[in-house]
Amino acid sequence: MAKYDYVPSPFMANSIVKWVDHRLPIFSMIDTQLIKYPAPRNLNYFWNFGSLAGVMLVIMILSGIFLAMNYNPSTAGAFDSVERIMRDVNYGWLIRYIHMNGASMFFIVVYIHMFRGLYYGSYKYPREILWWLGLLIFLAMMATAFMGYVLPWGQMSFWGATVITNLFSAFPIVGESIVLWLWGGFSVDNPTLNRFFALHYLLPFVIAGLVLLHLWALHVHGSNNPLGIDAKGPQDKIPFHPYYTAKDAFGLAVFLIFYGYFVFFSPYTLGHPDNWIPANPLVTPPHIVPEWYFLPFYAILRAVPDKLGGVLLMFGSIAILFLLPWLDTSRVRSARFRPVYKVFFWLFVVCCLALGWAGAMPAEGVPLFVGQVATIWYFAHFLVILPLLGWFERPLPLPASIAEPILGGGRAGVMAAGKPMEKA
Amino acid sequence: MAQPDSTTTAMGEGEGRKHPDGTTRRDFLYLASAAFAGTGAALTGWAFIHSMNPAADVLALASTEVNLQPIAPGQAITVTWRGKPVFVRHRTAEEIAKAKADDSAALPDPQPDSRRVQREQWLVLLGVCTHLGCVPLGQKPADSKGDYGGWFCPCHGSHYDTSGRIRRGPAPRNLEVPTYSFVNDSNIRIG
Repeated sequence: MAKYDYVPSPFMANSIVKWVDHRLPIFSMIDTQLIKYPAPRNLNYFWNFGSLAGVMLVIMILSGIFLAMNYNPSTAGAFDSVERIMRDVNYGWLIRYIHMNGASMFFIVVYIHMFRGLYYGSYKYPREILWWLGLLIFLAMMATAFMGYVLPWGQMSFWGATVITNLFSAFPIVGESIVLWLWGGFSVDNPTLNRFFALHYLLPFVIAGLVLLHLWALHVHGSNNPLGIDAKGPQDKIPFHPYYTAKDAFGLAVFLIFYGYFVFFSPYTLGHPDNWIPANPLVTPPHIVPEWYFLPFYAILRAVPDKLGGVLLMFGSIAILFLLPWLDTSRVRSARFRPVYKVFFWLFVVCCLALGWAGAMPAEGVPLFVGQVATIWYFAHFLVILPLLGWFERPLPLPASIAEPILGGGRAGVMAAGKPMEKA
Repeated sequence: MAQPDSTTTAMGEGEGRKHPDGTTRRDFLYLASAAFAGTGAALTGWAFIHSMNPAADVLALASTEVNLQPIAPGQAITVTWRGKPVFVRHRTAEEIAKAKADDSAALPDPQPDSRRVQREQWLVLLGVCTHLGCVPLGQKPADSKGDYGGWFCPCHGSHYDTSGRIRRGPAPRNLEVPTYSFVNDSNIRIG
């Protein structure tokens, strides 16, 4: 007997559906992967953020395509074309606010999604590749967001582009050639803006491809869950529709209210006023900061009083995440059953917030010191704390199944729990 | 099947809670949320679709003023209006007479000359062939004016007369007369 009995949805009996499905099994895929797809019955609201990230990707691609229809990727025309979008294009202001704030929303959602994975150990066996694909999406998002910020061609755009591309000059011997290659000239100029626009348009579709792989990997073993234990049978799972479609839809509605607040009432809170000054290659603004979602990495970069060291450490802070499934030596996934890890998890959250704060401040005095301490803590968390915790921490006893803590142990509970799966 | 608890009764398909006509509370919830989400999506969709319509700066360029004084009888000038050519011809008495005489000819798109001009010596036309959008010849003295003394479209051979009416060839309609008005005796505003 199969672990989960698949009973097709009624629409699968429709003759047109059958005809198509025999040739292209798209309806089977929808039915087995989206409707009847068995999901753990105990997913909490932190599991909404994956689908929210997917929605954000769609919103960003759609609003971006409509912005591109009115954008002029040249140093002479970029700034004015953005102002034209804001003033003259019908609803251009709305589409641009959706896109601008959408970038921040996308990162908020993805950061919560990532910390959810850290807390519940979602990166552990057998989901290591799922985790990697998520990190690749994160990297592609950072590249896309960075290049998108350059496009309005304001002062922050220009100097952000200059500073970030100059990171590569830290590498010995090849550094200078890499930077010339990135710029397509001797400074950030028209060729740079053109290629950034081309890549900014391309990368979201690369992300969409990575998302498909991410979902594919996800559906091999299914979602992790707040208990971090594997499903033992039908009593541990419920069909995705209507249970999680409804839960995701409700979460989406709440999230859109939050997003809508920024779009309609506070569109510039997450931006920087210096980007209202057209790019001027001769004057650097007094205080250069990246967008808020890059601040922790910016703090790591500035924590090291050495050019190459800072760059390597910043790239290393993301590279180390790829090794996380092996650096975390505990076989218990969920922090619920790891009393010591739970403390260190929250300390790590504080560490990341401290890095974000330090990144927003001028690199001197207390903020610099905080940034340096937090940088050390960031790496120690992965390289020292997590490997040791697996050995020294005594996890709490794990429940026998997902259904057990909800329904109580015993056979009666198992039988009652089987009901939703049968009914759907 | 186990006894459903109170939550499933209120939220579920609710066999016990079915309305006499067979509908359930869940049906109402489905319809209400679908209508709400659908309205929101449609309104947002409109903003996106409308963004592709002409923007304010494009609409601001939608009228053009032309000074008629330098145009001698028999001459024509071409001006740009909304990115398209507009023909302004100062017709001679002979051309006017010919246009009027042809009011009774067999016209593919019948329209008297008087309906096509505001002041009969000034003929204002959109210089776009009504066949497939080429610009007809006939503005310059050296141009072929076609068999009817007006314009000739080199793309597919449409002949227009001195009133800009289609006389022969594949074009279905007369050259369009744009909206214009006389600001004073020597100036017109197109659009």
